[in-house]
Amino acid sequence: MTLPLLLALPMVLLAVGVYAVIAARPPHGSRQVYSVALAVSTVALIAALAYLASGQAPETLRLPIGLPWLGAHFRLDPLAAFFLIVVNLGSAVASLFALGYGQHETAPERVLPFYPAFLAGMNLVLLADDAFAFLFAWEFMSLSSWALVMAHHQDPANTRAGYLYLVMACFGTLALLLTFGLLAGPDGGYNFDAIRAGQITPGLAALVLALALIGAGSKAGLVPLHVWLPLAHPAAPSHVSALMSGVMTKVAVYGFIRIIFDLLGEPVAWWWGGMVLALGGITAVLGVLYALMQHDLKRLLAYHTVENIGIIFIGLGLALAFQGNQMYASAALALTAALFHVLNHSLFKSLLFLGTGAVLTATGERDMEHLGGLIHPMPYTALAFLIGAAAISALPPLNGFVSEWLTFQAILLSPELPQWLLKFLAPAVGALLALSAALAAACFVKAFGITFLGRPRSPVAAQAKETDRYSLTAMFILAGLCVVAGILPGLVVDGLGPVVGSLNGSVQLTTQHNQPWLTLVPIVDVKSTYNGLLVMLFMAISGTLAALLIHRLASNKVRRGPAWDCGFPDASPATQYTAGSFAQPIRRVFGSVVFQARERVTMPPPGDLRPAKLEVRMRDPVWEIGYAPIATAVVALSSRFNYLQYLTIRRYLGLVFGALVLLLLGMVLWR
Amino acid sequence: MHGLAFDIAHLLAGSMVIVSFMLLYQDRVYALLNIFALHSLVLALAVGWQAHIQNAPHLYVTAVIALVFKAIVIPTALYRIVRRLGIHRTLEVVGGVGRDMLAGTGLVALAILVMLPVTATADPLAREDLAFALAVVLLGLLLMVVRHNAISLVIGFMSLENGLVLAAAGAKGMPLAVEISVAFSVLIALIVIGVFLFRIRERFDSVDMQAMDTFREERRR
Repeated sequence: MTLPLLLALPMVLLAVGVYAVIAARPPHGSRQVYSVALAVSTVALIAALAYLASGQAPETLRLPIGLPWLGAHFRLDPLAAFFLIVVNLGSAVASLFALGYGQHETAPERVLPFYPAFLAGMNLVLLADDAFAFLFAWEFMSLSSWALVMAHHQDPANTRAGYLYLVMACFGTLALLLTFGLLAGPDGGYNFDAIRAGQITPGLAALVLALALIGAGSKAGLVPLHVWLPLAHPAAPSHVSALMSGVMTKVAVYGFIRIIFDLLGEPVAWWWGGMVLALGGITAVLGVLYALMQHDLKRLLAYHTVENIGIIFIGLGLALAFQGNQMYASAALALTAALFHVLNHSLFKSLLFLGTGAVLTATGERDMEHLGGLIHPMPYTALAFLIGAAAISALPPLNGFVSEWLTFQAILLSPELPQWLLKFLAPAVGALLALSAALAAACFVKAFGITFLGRPRSPVAAQAKETDRYSLTAMFILAGLCVVAGILPGLVVDGLGPVVGSLNGSVQLTTQHNQPWLTLVPIVDVKSTYNGLLVMLFMAISGTLAALLIHRLASNKVRRGPAWDCGFPDASPATQYTAGSFAQPIRRVFGSVVFQARERVTMPPPGDLRPAKLEVRMRDPVWEIGYAPIATAVVALSSRFNYLQYLTIRRYLGLVFGALVLLLLGMVLWR
Repeated sequence: MHGLAFDIAHLLAGSMVIVSFMLLYQDRVYALLNIFALHSLVLALAVGWQAHIQNAPHLYVTAVIALVFKAIVIPTALYRIVRRLGIHRTLEVVGGVGRDMLAGTGLVALAILVMLPVTATADPLAREDLAFALAVVLLGLLLMVVRHNAISLVIGFMSLENGLVLAAAGAKGMPLAVEISVAFSVLIALIVIGVFLFRIRERFDSVDMQAMDTFREERRR
């Protein structure tokens, strides 16, 4: 009886949204709304966890609302339950954070009504069991998140981001609509059960794959459909950014998995996996390269979301390739890796966005070049952010390492694939994955180092204060979960077992929790094992020993001396390493090819008092190749047809008449 | 009996097409109104005949509605509007009667070519009726397109609507409610159009649509 409860909870959220419109007044209003959201998300989280742990059969429910002949179908199965856990964990923590953070909101009346609605929309997408309910909930989620993006619409950059988001969301939903249309077939069986039972031809199935990639990929942020994401996610308030980046992109991944792995059934051709794999690899590397060039903390995190979506899709592509060759054991490994990364990314990306929110509250700055030295006034935020940064950089013993390691294990199985193209493609994508992991580490050295270390680069950074207890609690919950998932990966893999089994012909990874020392053994123990617990113990013991030894044998006092100033006394904070200078070598290596980055030094002649200038110009290849021509064509076409707006009444009648006569003529000639 | 009934229905529906052609070349306003009254009268006869041969009493109501409203009330009202506007002496330049006639003939041919294959399985009476009705609709549209005068536009619209009623009467089993609603909607359209004509006239001193175009803002091209 979990499903009725899980359906009732979004209704509570919607009611709270309505209440927020009518009655909520700051400061109590925001506290009430976020408290209810926190309670509801926690209950949903526990319900979904209990359902997944109990291993019950799928529950279904049909409500007589929506289309009269269809109704609204809902279903709770392991896949939905897993994503419900991801969504509601993120929502609960973000709501907890917002209990403190929401007090600083300048326009609460624009955020409070839509926040619960957004949560409700995401929950309903996961529970929907027919195309109509799915698309309705999907659009509801998109529109409420759009409203949240537009919360601070006075900034023209946010308005532009909102516009782009709206266009891309409509485009994606159109693709999904066509997907379901193709899946339902001419009889219009929009119920997911009917779609599962139906058969479609291989050609149509390939079309479904392409459309699902466009529809779900545009929401998740697959290159080249990612352009809206780094603009829209940072525009929202930080706890909403955390949800959009950490959780909503996962709902999009859910949509892709539901359509391709569940509704479509077995993949028909092996090249499907290759296509998804290649897209994932490109997305991962491009996402992290974009991120490296950013100095805006939130935008940097948003580009990292693109990268991580790429990693998830690498796992999914491998799973498709293996399934296409009936290698279900290997497919189980790839799927486990992808789903594990879904969970991990939701944890650390939410954590990092919340940390950025704390920095934003304390300083009012998102630009790293104006921050610095925040570890002194904000030690706890810095610690939590550091844990998140280490996790997203895939450093053991944290959770990011485990899922990327599992992805690599799946890539190492790819030589068993019979197709030569896949044999070559998978290692190449593996190289891309390794590259993106290394670049991500560099990027987070930059993000953490420039923001929290060094000396303050602006007065606001110097006067920052530690954030409130609610926010800190929220961040440390997530940081703790990152550590737990990292050192006890076997438990997560076991939890994912039924989910993977339901998508993979009942084949799942072997049970992990009874392995000695909680070791993770994805295939067999002679091939590869990983033990997060031992790694952590080793690091803890060796670190403590080293510290003890140094303090015993050298000196146990903390000594403060003058910092090395390179011979320039009283150095200004502007002489520190900046985000731009940190990224410069990587920009030289990759950016000059990918982004056409060009540096220009303007050196005024002697005697001229103007300062010397170093300008860097970069171009976005995806925008210039993929989007700018479309935008130009639309503008050109619409100005071409603009005169249709200014015709006489007779001309309009004549157009109608001409169209009618033409159609009738066509009818005559057609027959 | 069947042969005669069919022939008379055919004759009446065909007469509507002929009267539509007559509408097409009338260049004086009063003459146009007279012909429109004739058009509606023929429609009333055609519908009445259909009521007789289909044994469908509700069609008599439709015929009476057509007779009272379209053949008497609407033309009278338009007469008064025209007189009050003082445009009963204006001649409308009809550009090329021959051109319009040729176009009209083509449209009738098109209507027959479209309708006859589509309704191959239907009752022959309904087939002919539908073909003629489509022709009347198309000719009404043509009238609206080739004329400048607002009154002619109104007449074109009304004759188009007559074609719709003819089609509805020809098809068996069309409920009366539809026809009544169509008739009332036309009546309301007449009132709205009448009001608009006066408003237009007040504003622009003319009901010639071409004169009105010069007032439009931001004309491009």
